[in-house]
Amino acid sequence: MIVTINGKKRRLDVPPMARLLDVLREDCGLTGTKEGCGEGECGACTVLVDGVAVDSCLVPAAHVDGCKVVTVEGAAAAKRSARALQNAFVEHGGAQCGICTPGMIVAACTLKAGCSRDEIKRALAGNLCRCTGYISIFNSVEAALPPARKGPPSRLALRRANARARRR
Amino acid sequence: MPVDARTLALQRPRSLKSALAMLSKDPALTPIAGCTDVFVGLHFGTLDQRRFIDLWGLDELRGIAAGGAGRAGKAGQGLRIGALTTYSEIIASPIIRKRVPMLVAAAREIGGAQIQNRGTLGGNIANASPAGDSLPVLAAADARIVLRSAGGERRVPFDEFYTGYRASVRQPDELITAIEIPPIAGRQWWRKVGTRRAQAISKIMFAGVNGPVVRMAIGSVAPTVVLARKAAAVLAGGGTVAAAQAALKDEIAPIDDVRSTGGYRLQVAANLLAEFWRDTK
Repeated sequence: MIVTINGKKRRLDVPPMARLLDVLREDCGLTGTKEGCGEGECGACTVLVDGVAVDSCLVPAAHVDGCKVVTVEGAAAAKRSARALQNAFVEHGGAQCGICTPGMIVAACTLKAGCSRDEIKRALAGNLCRCTGYISIFNSVEAALPPARKGPPSRLALRRANARARRR
Repeated sequence: MPVDARTLALQRPRSLKSALAMLSKDPALTPIAGCTDVFVGLHFGTLDQRRFIDLWGLDELRGIAAGGAGRAGKAGQGLRIGALTTYSEIIASPIIRKRVPMLVAAAREIGGAQIQNRGTLGGNIANASPAGDSLPVLAAADARIVLRSAGGERRVPFDEFYTGYRASVRQPDELITAIEIPPIAGRQWWRKVGTRRAQAISKIMFAGVNGPVVRMAIGSVAPTVVLARKAAAVLAGGGTVAAAQAALKDEIAPIDDVRSTGGYRLQVAANLLAEFWRDTK
């Protein structure tokens, strides 16, 4: 089985029904991914598989054959947004005991620039914090996300601008 | 005790056809897909199965199609949802949002993003938990389940699918390949009641359609999801909410368990009926 983990191709000889969580921690030595509940409730073991957030305690190793897996170690090294998230968690007190933090950071990596508070809450709904520091966590994520990027104006916006210009 | 992964066998067919052939030869194989239920059972030692067949890679079981194609029901107006469609895909689907908003509402309340990205509609049906959140919606929507074996295909109306607690008419060599939902006339309503607003297993779920035909389906109040026909008939016939609530109490049989009590569920089911009827007037 070949998996790209944090940008590095690895050949793994693991049982097909092994939990991805155990493969990452035991076979790859990537202990940044934490086991919380082991039943998909808490999100501490969140990783990205082909860019999609999943609970690695509920993913069989067979399902990542040929996929790209990103753990918190890789997110921090590879993505500028993850580094911004780390810094914001430090600055805004987003981490207390720290067990949920890797999962929170990885889940937050799926957010796009300019997300609303509600979108942040929805993206992190599957991540539980036993210290209940949710407000600080949301504040950290909000602070780390870049504002919405201004793309080229849409056709509708252009039409409206033209109409305004004609009226003038 | 977690099960040692080395003792678990996994068949990985590359097509639906070969999956069905494997199952007809060896019906003891347990189908798996998003694994959001199976891996919980394995980790906590509550699942006896040790040999599995993996459907996750079968793209033939994915996709959401409306009308046409002859398969989507009478007059080609229905909706066909592939069994491997995830809750995230349901939430993002413009056609499901438009035609079955109660299914989108239910999908949004199933776990968090991580579960919604992996859990499948077919899996929720096959797992057959009385607390399966999508199940009351499918009952209220009068959905049909498409089952296929190496021998052929058949369609089962949703309210004939379950035969008892965690038991269904699906044969061991059959796979759920799709769910068909006919056009729904009238207003749709969905409500899940759990310990918290999010990330909680349901104490009770209620899906309803108020239109030319009134349909109400309730989850977690019996061994399988209950289509409350008598209570719906009372409402459709112009009866009072109190009369419908009385009829409903004869149709459901909630029990005490770790999540709630039978008495609470009976009362909340009656309350939800009243709320459904008021909101969809």
